[in-house]
Amino acid sequence: MPDWLAELLITLVKGVLVALALLTTFAYMTLIERRLLARMQIRYGPNRVGPGGLLQPLADAVKSIFKEDLRVTLADKLVYTLAPIVAIGMALTAFGGIPAGPAGSLFGEDPWVYHLDAGILALLALTSMGVYGIFLGGWASGSKYPILGGLRSSAQMISYELGMGLSILGLLMLVGSTSFISIVEWQAQNGWLLLFQSLGFALFIVSSFAEVNRTPFDLPEAEQELVAGYLTEYSAIKWALFQMAEYVNMITASAIMATLFFGGYRGPVFLEGLIPGISGWPIVWLVAKIAFFLFLFIWVRATLPRFRYDQLMRFGWKLLLPLALANTVMTAAYLAYGRGLGLWPLGLLSLAGLLLLLALSDRVRVLWNKPTGVRDAEGNLPARPVGGD
Amino acid sequence: MIMLVIALGIGILAVLVSALLGPKKATRAKLMAYESGNDPEHGGVGTGQRFPVHFYLVAMLFIVFDIETAFFFPLAVAYQKLVPFAFWEALTFVGLLLVGYYYILKKGVLEWT
Repeated sequence: MPDWLAELLITLVKGVLVALALLTTFAYMTLIERRLLARMQIRYGPNRVGPGGLLQPLADAVKSIFKEDLRVTLADKLVYTLAPIVAIGMALTAFGGIPAGPAGSLFGEDPWVYHLDAGILALLALTSMGVYGIFLGGWASGSKYPILGGLRSSAQMISYELGMGLSILGLLMLVGSTSFISIVEWQAQNGWLLLFQSLGFALFIVSSFAEVNRTPFDLPEAEQELVAGYLTEYSAIKWALFQMAEYVNMITASAIMATLFFGGYRGPVFLEGLIPGISGWPIVWLVAKIAFFLFLFIWVRATLPRFRYDQLMRFGWKLLLPLALANTVMTAAYLAYGRGLGLWPLGLLSLAGLLLLLALSDRVRVLWNKPTGVRDAEGNLPARPVGGD
Repeated sequence: MIMLVIALGIGILAVLVSALLGPKKATRAKLMAYESGNDPEHGGVGTGQRFPVHFYLVAMLFIVFDIETAFFFPLAVAYQKLVPFAFWEALTFVGLLLVGYYYILKKGVLEWT
């Protein structure tokens, strides 16, 4: 067998494995989410189908395959079918670039499906392709609620993509490379980037919540306001594909956060004293960190109410964007003139920025906002409904 | 690339299987667009529904600021080799952008009503 064929086969096997693993994780994520949300609301989640509800995802999958697949008369035939495929395709592809260990650590093979030197850029590009899936899905439905949801979601996702790209610039300056492997190895030497870029991390996690349309930013599918947004006219497996794409994006976002800020596939070094070699269990650590972030996603969903749309845009453009720029300039100034002091002053500066973010985010409702509306004869603004702001 | 093929393949496969296995009994009422139980008024693809100009403005601003981000990535990666000159260069660039940002802020483009 020639070399290139063997390589192709191995990549193919790894790709299929990653895709199947993601789909299984998605299925069980829905179950775990329902169980955890139930626990947080002092009730039981699904526990009838199989032991502890373990077969519930299977039942859901079989049901969604055997349901009738309707297409509204006014819908665009091609785009309506294509949109969920695009959404799931981009979501699954994005995960393949995440390294689950150092080169050659998976039975002699590299534990990633594809490796790019511009790994982060490729990942950002792929996740932003997901916008197409959602917007086209909304547009092609030929109905009013979906198109409103699609418009909202595209505006929201591109707004927060800016914050996402800008918030990792400081990190890239510190590491000096965009490949995931170099970033993880840098952290193995200097400590987790969370310590030096806590402001960057806070901005990044907020933007990724908005990017994957999770509460408190799930306006595109705000069921109480817009029925189900872009999902309104979808049924059967196409609806399931959109849902799948959302959850897979969530898993990918968790994996990026773990890789960029939490040391990726490497465990904390201080545990070495307890059990030698413990920080060298790559996949275990990566999965543990991803699970932590997934739990965070669910926890936040059970805790926070949804933003209103104008609050959301104000938060993205007036708070996230300037602070991300400030973080970049701060890191740049530090690297230009304070490099001799070591890294911890940068960590302190970052922490101060994080406190600023927390202080300001409470004021997001009125942030730099001029009161709009026509003044009456006495020069007063029209009264606002109590508690309605 | 291979990953993309696999991922799209899974999506297409799922849609095909569902199309084969699901029941097909469409009626006129089932195929109507959802509008809270009313008969849908005009609607559908390309019927000239109107939308707030805000969405257009946000898209424009996104293009401008995303290009800025694109300029920043190579600078960030090569930054440690170019200091301190690169710092002042980057600061000038950010300063120019902030002028534009201040303008749109004062124009009220970022205010949603």
